[in-house]
Amino acid sequence: MAELRVPVSAADHIRGGADGRVVLVEYGDYECPYCRLAHVQVLRLGKHFGDDLTYVFRHFPLTEIHPQAGPAAEAAEFAGAHGQFWAMHDAIYAHQDQLSLLFLMDAARALGLSERSLEAALAMNTYAPKVAQDFQGGIRSGVNGTPTFFINGHRHDGPFDYQHLADAIQSVRFRH
Amino acid sequence: MGQLLMGQLLAPGVSAPDFTLHVTPDQTLSLDDLRGRSIVLAFYPADWSPVCGDQMALYNQVLPEFRKYDAAVVGISVDSAWCHQAFAETRHLHFPLLADFEPKGAVASQYGAYRNGEGVCERALFVLDRDGIIFWSYRSPIAVNPGADGILDALDRLENQETSHGRT
Repeated sequence: MAELRVPVSAADHIRGGADGRVVLVEYGDYECPYCRLAHVQVLRLGKHFGDDLTYVFRHFPLTEIHPQAGPAAEAAEFAGAHGQFWAMHDAIYAHQDQLSLLFLMDAARALGLSERSLEAALAMNTYAPKVAQDFQGGIRSGVNGTPTFFINGHRHDGPFDYQHLADAIQSVRFRH
Repeated sequence: MGQLLMGQLLAPGVSAPDFTLHVTPDQTLSLDDLRGRSIVLAFYPADWSPVCGDQMALYNQVLPEFRKYDAAVVGISVDSAWCHQAFAETRHLHFPLLADFEPKGAVASQYGAYRNGEGVCERALFVLDRDGIIFWSYRSPIAVNPGADGILDALDRLENQETSHGRT
């Protein structure tokens, strides 16, 4: 069974409880329609489990089939550097059907960030190493497509609809 | 499951059987053509899995990592060369897909990686050393994409072994 090989750290984007009983790590791609569906489920899981759930998103852009996934991941990191990772993350999934460079610029502006800074960051690949680092850690952990979830470090091989994820989380919630 | 006959995968230490299969409708590729490099053989059930990150798309994205080990990657299924061509074009695949099409599954059978009851290849992975000897093999449950971690771990160990034997 595949195991998460890169422990959750301060370098990660974390949502929900800071020290939850259950840590859910997702490797995702901003242009992947299955990840968009999963995003909605993850938000519901956060509401249901509250601080018991720590959620981490890591980048796994399949750029050969999703040309916008790379720039989108870098744009999210750019927003993250300005404390707005999750706002950008949510904006991208909410408007995945419009994903483009123009959309990313608009989204940055809507968050009060500088479009020109984002443009420069994308042109200079400022955040590409962070995205690549997520990707490589994912490969080594047995990420086999998007989305791939790890629950308390173990790869979740079942379906990723709300009920399956909730059951899997619940099954380890009080285990110590 | 009753009628399903699962072969025994060829194990490490065994010389990988040579084969020649169509890689495009008018070209063939032999295992011998790849001799001298490490080789990853990835048998898989079918083109066109209905997910984004299918096994071949994943390996495509991981190709730069495989290249660090000077490893050649080859996908093999019972789909025809025409089917592979359409699939590879759609997914922008940059490595060969071989058609184990006629006689159907003959190569997979030799490797113990054919599912007789269903007429498709197993999800079976082989890493071969530069001399064509099987270094590592792994069968994943048919519904579980095995990812690339096992392959990269095997290539790590193979590289360490070659280094300790004085090869570069």
